[in-house]
Amino acid sequence: MKILVCVKQVPDMESKFKLNTEGKWYDNTDLAWRMNEYDEYAVEQAVQLKEQVGEADVTVLSIGSDRVKEPMKKALAMGCDRGVHVVDEASFAKDPFEIASIIATFAKDKGFDMIFTGMQSQDRGSAQVGVLVAEMLGLASISTIVEFAYDNGQVTVRRELEGGLKAIVKAKTPALMTCQLGLNKPRYPTLPNIMKAKKKEMLTLEVATLLQVDAVQETTRMYFPEKKGGGIVLEGDVGNMVNEIITILKDKTGVLA
Amino acid sequence: MKALLVGEYRDGKLLGSTYELVAFAEKLGADSAMFLVGSESDLPQYNGTLYFADISKYSEFNPTAHKQLLLDVIAKEQPEMIVFSHSSYGWDLAPRVALALQAAQVSEVIDVVDGNLVVPTCNSKLRRDVKSKTTQTVVTLQGGAFGLSGEPSGSPTLVKVETDAAAQVEFAGYEAVEKGGVDLSKAEIIVSAGRGIGKPDNIEMIANLAQALGGEYGASRPVVDAEWTEHNRQVGTTGQTVSPKLYIACGISGAIQHLVGMKKSEFVVAINTDKDAPIGEVADILAVADLKELVPALTEKINSL
Ligand SMILES: Cc1cc2nc3c(=O)[nH]c(=O)nc-3n(C[C@H](O)[C@H](O)[C@H](O)COP(=O)(O)OP(=O)(O)OC[C@H]3O[C@@H](n4cnc5c(N)ncnc54)[C@H](O)[C@@H]3O)c2cc1C
Repeated sequence: MKILVCVKQVPDMESKFKLNTEGKWYDNTDLAWRMNEYDEYAVEQAVQLKEQVGEADVTVLSIGSDRVKEPMKKALAMGCDRGVHVVDEASFAKDPFEIASIIATFAKDKGFDMIFTGMQSQDRGSAQVGVLVAEMLGLASISTIVEFAYDNGQVTVRRELEGGLKAIVKAKTPALMTCQLGLNKPRYPTLPNIMKAKKKEMLTLEVATLLQVDAVQETTRMYFPEKKGGGIVLEGDVGNMVNEIITILKDKTGVLA
Repeated sequence: MKALLVGEYRDGKLLGSTYELVAFAEKLGADSAMFLVGSESDLPQYNGTLYFADISKYSEFNPTAHKQLLLDVIAKEQPEMIVFSHSSYGWDLAPRVALALQAAQVSEVIDVVDGNLVVPTCNSKLRRDVKSKTTQTVVTLQGGAFGLSGEPSGSPTLVKVETDAAAQVEFAGYEAVEKGGVDLSKAEIIVSAGRGIGKPDNIEMIANLAQALGGEYGASRPVVDAEWTEHNRQVGTTGQTVSPKLYIACGISGAIQHLVGMKKSEFVVAINTDKDAPIGEVADILAVADLKELVPALTEKINSL
């Protein structure tokens, strides 16, 4: 079985963001980077599927600068077999249509039986790439899965809907799944597996060889939302804070009165 | 401008969010028509053309058929904008339609300013203005961003549509989340644990503060996903909607899906090490502190009152 999993590198969302000089994206310097949370579930599911079926080959693909080799190494240490790094210094400026088309161009003719992606990225949050890749390849796809089972070419999943409801959906492979939070428990790479991962193949491709379309949308401006909260901000000594919170709760709410 | 609004049906009922699409079209001053795969027993109160397909024939999850039905309507109506909710239905179907049209899709739109579609980025810490480069644009709207168009009223003019597109996936029914245990929707005081609590043992700290205040404790999704506590304590889109007198969010960043579940709280206290966390936008008090210090200190003080 041939499996593809796509991962994106994103900044830690607790970072102090700054804007880049064009004012169209955040500045890339001084950020802590990690694997997109949704993609961790995708990697784990790909590896679990490999473990289940025995004979499988899992490719992890990521688009970006050299920095994105880090989450790819993590995916290899989690159990993926090979990496494909699509080198692109400007991947952050590409729209979901361009990103999906890069992936689809790579995947076309490679005969992947299963493709896993995150349901969205934590930074851009467009929730489009996975479904677009499947449509470009003419594959069945199911989005937002929180449970996955595979048996003999048949996939059965739970799709998460709003308000605690789930839909049970079945599909035949080849198919693509977009993974939602809570799908599984992503494993921590062990030290021996981190060592082994260093020897795994990492193929490097230039983005120009895979990108055949133009963007269909553009970011004209990025900015910080206007602060309209107007709440009281307490800082400093914890002991003082406790007293202040209690005074305010007594004054402004029926609680503790 | 002409907009096609894609209404939404779930588990045999029209979803109220469908009326948010109508409000959006009104805000844009757009002429609108609606598309719905639904049932005639629960039609939207909408004054306009409703392109309608019977859900008993096309199922509640059959993206291939829904896409084809929609593409046929789009070919006839030629809307500039195709409008979905940013929901499990919308974010699944919208990219399929956008690709077929070779149109831009802009997801999670929260505002329109000078022709730019405004979308949140990085967990709502930043905003982006987006311009579509295609003549048709597909958008998904963040729930609650455009409100409702007043009391819904009207009756649609039905135009029935059909397709014989074959399904690529099989919808095998619904499964409701297990009920029982705590009912946070009735709690007057809720103290919620977010990922910022760091480890499962710290749930106790949160539960203790809730107890000192005579309330219940809740949680954000990562805490539930990690099985640090049970699902019926989850607040948010895919959890419970709560409306307590006091909501204390401990180590919760304030992602939109969490805010949706707690924004009806009367008074909100947020405890967070990050002064810029989006929870600050809805908090009456933002205490910039390590919850591991502040929560036990607060609990002790309250217990001593
Ligand atoms: C379709 C969909 C549905 C979803 N449904 C829900 C839902 O129902 N409910 C829900 O909650 N989420 C839901 N989510 C997830 C949501 O997008 C966020 O991922 C989630 O709410 C984040 O939880 P959090 O704030 O606890 O964690 P994070 O976003 O990781 O935030 C942790 C916060 O803790 C702070 N912190 C860290 N350490 C400390 C410390 N020592 N003291 C004080 N503060 C600290 C950090 O500054 C940060 O702000 C959904 C997502 C999707 C895509």
